[in-house]
Amino acid sequence: MKTKYKYEPYLYILPALVLLLLFRFIPILLSFVISFFDFGITSIGNFIGFQNYNKLFVDPEFWQSMMNTVWLVIIAVPLSIIIPLIFAVLLNQIKWLKGFFRTIYFMPYVTSLVAVSIVWKIIYAEEGGLANAFLQWLGFQPLKWLAEPKGIFTLLFNSLGVSIPSWLGGPSLALFSIIIMTVWKSLGYNTIIYLSGLQNISKVYYEAAEIDGANKWKQFFKITVPLISPTTFYVLLMTTITSFQTFAQVYMMTDKGGPLGTTKLIVYYIYEKGFDDLQMGYASAAALILFVVILGLTLMQRRLESKVNY
Amino acid sequence: MNKIFSNSIVYLFLIFFGIIMILPFIWMISTSLMSQAEFNKNESVFIPKEEYYVWDENGKEHRIILVQQKEENSIIHVLDENLQISKDYPEYMSVPSSQVRLIKKVPSFHWDNYITAFNKVPFARYFANTIFVSFLTLIGVLITSFLAAYAFARMEFKGRDIIFYLFLSMMMVPEPIYIISSYMLLDKFNWLDTYQALIVPWCVNIFTIFLFRQHFKSLPQELFDAAAIDGCSIFGMLWRIVLPLSKSVIATASVFSLIGSWNSFMWPLVMTDRPELRVLQVGLSYFSQEASTQTTLLMAASTFSILPILIIFFFAQKQIIASYAKAGLKD
Repeated sequence: MKTKYKYEPYLYILPALVLLLLFRFIPILLSFVISFFDFGITSIGNFIGFQNYNKLFVDPEFWQSMMNTVWLVIIAVPLSIIIPLIFAVLLNQIKWLKGFFRTIYFMPYVTSLVAVSIVWKIIYAEEGGLANAFLQWLGFQPLKWLAEPKGIFTLLFNSLGVSIPSWLGGPSLALFSIIIMTVWKSLGYNTIIYLSGLQNISKVYYEAAEIDGANKWKQFFKITVPLISPTTFYVLLMTTITSFQTFAQVYMMTDKGGPLGTTKLIVYYIYEKGFDDLQMGYASAAALILFVVILGLTLMQRRLESKVNY
Repeated sequence: MNKIFSNSIVYLFLIFFGIIMILPFIWMISTSLMSQAEFNKNESVFIPKEEYYVWDENGKEHRIILVQQKEENSIIHVLDENLQISKDYPEYMSVPSSQVRLIKKVPSFHWDNYITAFNKVPFARYFANTIFVSFLTLIGVLITSFLAAYAFARMEFKGRDIIFYLFLSMMMVPEPIYIISSYMLLDKFNWLDTYQALIVPWCVNIFTIFLFRQHFKSLPQELFDAAAIDGCSIFGMLWRIVLPLSKSVIATASVFSLIGSWNSFMWPLVMTDRPELRVLQVGLSYFSQEASTQTTLLMAASTFSILPILIIFFFAQKQIIASYAKAGLKD
């Protein structure tokens, strides 16, 4: 027995609706609209068609920041899937101290990015930093970390006495340092998600496998990995979307995306164009491209998910 | 035997990674308790220690503060019996390094770093702003979500599903996409540099509406029928029946909202400029630029700015972790 209402329901959703229209829907539309206008310090709002986009596509800084972001995503996302899955499987096997470990792993996730960025910046300090103290303790040469524009592959091969062309250099060590910190920050959340996903896998499968004589590795790859795949898709999607939005680390830990722009990520680029250079229309065009990329990836993953489903 | 062996490997692994996960925090705290001179000397990594030096003035030993040690000469302040800088000797006195000697190293904790950092910029104000903004936002989110979710879950009306999916689709759009246009919009409202700009746009949370809707749908219809027969108004029903049954989902939503507001950074950074309006994260980021060389103060400020969230987290970690797990799966 559900009563049909005339106007009451609209009154109930009105506050949420008004706020959403005003502060989400309109701004989203508006950012589309202003990407076709020339908003700057000198000019206020002339329609210029696709000029912002044309300018964007030939801006090497834009491409560099896109490329940096892609590096972040293709390194951080797999790590943020594999490591939490291992943590979760191990945590799932123990009883004693389980809650304790879960709390420790989750701690970085609830702390503010600004504060931990300050801490990690000092960890990476060339003098007095923990990272170099650790390297020296192990008997290695100290590194420049956040100040190192050279690619990680270049550094790796150079240390082996081989030199490789610069286009094979990979992301700079500075960007890689930010990636490590970003992965550290988000591991706990994904671990928790995986833990609750594991609890939904029936024990029957493992018992059957045990009888058939399958060892732990086989059980992990033949039962856990396929049956946890819905969780993996969720983690994949969420981590990809949040990785694309990385901002505070760049703002806090680097000097405007330096050294040599190798840590400039796309959201920082948007921020810089919009709020430092005050080119609002141009920055909106960049934001819209980011939106299209994220939307495309979301749809692609949803598609993939419906195909690969156990 | 095999079981014990594999179990201890699991524990070893978990402990090893546990240490890696927590190491940045331990180092943050230990660095926050060092003197800047000790940090710069780069010797003690985890336990702050103070070094005691004496100056041997031809057989007469004085306690000193060592300012700078070089191969030939060292620069010192001589201390008197009360360990104050002595008036009998010049400050920054240069003496031969062979006369200066380390007598002992003692663990010492510079708690005063916390006070110095806290008073260096108006952190009290930043805290107050953050608490004010977080709580008003929370109240707004709870009210708008509660009402909207009730309508979506338990009322039938034209366009309900379309409106609901419109809501959900907006959840997928990340903040950086619309932050520039929001800035221009708030500028038109004359809201830039006001508390409203930090609170009102965030008084609606689609995820919370979604969470509440799922919960309201799970409540038995008989409850509402009985109340309707007793002549209870919809508002009365919400207040007296739904609210008491929703404590746990409200707690979950509050945790997300509070942690989200406490940690939000890009929005307040962009929308406010006046120092009085700085929330904690923005204040901390300005502090990190101003005090960039004062490592120990930066570490102290980082520590006390994440402390409130960590305390809440430790007291309610079970519920908080369960909330995140539950919310993640509902999606």
